[in-house]
Amino acid sequence: MRNFDCDLHSVRELNQALHDVQSDGESFNVLNVKGQHALACGITHNINVSLQGHAGYYCAGMHQRGTVTVHGNVGVGVAENMMSGTVHVTGNASQSAGATAHGGLLIVDGDAAARCGISLKGGSIVVKGSVGHMSCFMAQAGTLVVCGDAGEALGDSLYETRIFVLGEVESLGAGCERKTSTAEDLSILSDLLAKAEIDIDPAQFAQYGSDKSLYNFSVDNAVLPEVSR
Amino acid sequence: MCGIVGLYLKNPALEPRLGEMFAPMLVAMSGRGPDSAGFAIYRRPADDSTIKVTLQSTAIDRDWSAVQESLGAVGDDILVTPNANAAVVEIKAGEQEIRDVLEKEHPDLRIMSIGHSIEILKEAGLPVDIVAQYGLVGMSGSHIIGHTRMATESDVTTEGSHPFSTGMDLCLVHNGSFSNHNRLREVLRRKGIQFETDNDTEVAAGYLTWRLQEGDALEEALEHALRDLDGFYTLAIGTKNGFAVLRDPIACKPAVMAETDDYVAIASEYQSLAHLPGIESARLWEPEPARVYVWGEQVAA
Repeated sequence: MRNFDCDLHSVRELNQALHDVQSDGESFNVLNVKGQHALACGITHNINVSLQGHAGYYCAGMHQRGTVTVHGNVGVGVAENMMSGTVHVTGNASQSAGATAHGGLLIVDGDAAARCGISLKGGSIVVKGSVGHMSCFMAQAGTLVVCGDAGEALGDSLYETRIFVLGEVESLGAGCERKTSTAEDLSILSDLLAKAEIDIDPAQFAQYGSDKSLYNFSVDNAVLPEVSR
Repeated sequence: MCGIVGLYLKNPALEPRLGEMFAPMLVAMSGRGPDSAGFAIYRRPADDSTIKVTLQSTAIDRDWSAVQESLGAVGDDILVTPNANAAVVEIKAGEQEIRDVLEKEHPDLRIMSIGHSIEILKEAGLPVDIVAQYGLVGMSGSHIIGHTRMATESDVTTEGSHPFSTGMDLCLVHNGSFSNHNRLREVLRRKGIQFETDNDTEVAAGYLTWRLQEGDALEEALEHALRDLDGFYTLAIGTKNGFAVLRDPIACKPAVMAETDDYVAIASEYQSLAHLPGIESARLWEPEPARVYVWGEQVAA
């Protein structure tokens, strides 16, 4: 276990140290993070990084293979463009958590704010609390699991993506509809719940997905100004 | 960009430390706003018959005795406290008489704030320099809001800096941009609200001034603002006894709040809050979109 103190070193030095790792299996304990941005970004080795305290924007961005655990809250865009590996936030996440993630698993023990999983491209996100408005906006692939409630316009402009919600959904966005879970869907959900150590029967979740209505351009969706009608 | 910060003390024992606690909050937001900075501090409230005016000159060595003399003609018990290129004037006089005499005899001076407790100090430049220029660290007070500006839609000037005064003991800081400010400015001008700049935030300030003149309580004025202001914004509004926070319904401009038994704080980013005492165990949350938050006593119109 290597300790790294952000009071003594810059974020750039931290990230360089994480990139310079020669082999898998190392562990880092990062102290005094104090809400700084871009912490633990671009990891490519299978290492364990613990951040002690609240992190700022774009924490664990472009993450691959390793595990980053934030013992606190995170700012905007945690695990943005994650490729693989795991990012675990013990507190709450701000907006756009897991944005554009291609793979890997983001676990948020608390709530995630608006636009969680925006443009999700194949990653998995498990939120033990609730998510804010427009979550999974324009998501293309992957899975979002919400153990609490979802805010307005869930899955707006959805291409594809499995969305599971245990609680209430305030409203569904354009192109998003209620689905009946298949055995394959339930198996994916069950696997994610197990990984996030959540003991809830998968059958209790409601599933949402794309109604495919936005796959093709429809002239009826074009809104023309009043004067030109 | 732009950074907004606010600190409201629930524990009066901390009042001597307000400036010391707040200065690092403002400086931490330099990355979000290196063009100008400012703050509105609420301290040393004057009695009901005394008005407190913060004046700012373009000259650093302004002779304030002439101002004292002019104001002597319209009021009593004048106390002038210079601070760098600004001065706080306390005087027993009517607001309009003060404004009239200053406009006539000292047109070079700008009225930054007017009220019983508020003092607004702001300037173009780096936050760290503005904090030093006005001696913020040594200031005591009950609450304070501040702003660091990255100018987008209008010039980098002192006039375009925040906070903007919105009436007696009221002011506004803003992160975001309003898309309907030109039209709204014209509407408000016809209702008698005056504007000094092309700045969009000044329009929001003028809008609140107008709603309060129409008889809205602060909370009602902010509910109306949600309907009439179009754009992206997180707003912090300083009031005589506290502050208010409002985010637009989309809420893409950041805000994080912290509350302990001793204080309530808001900042654009957690970095501004990280040094506050007891932050490790504070309740932290992001204010919800389109919801009006008010701390301290509500201010009637």
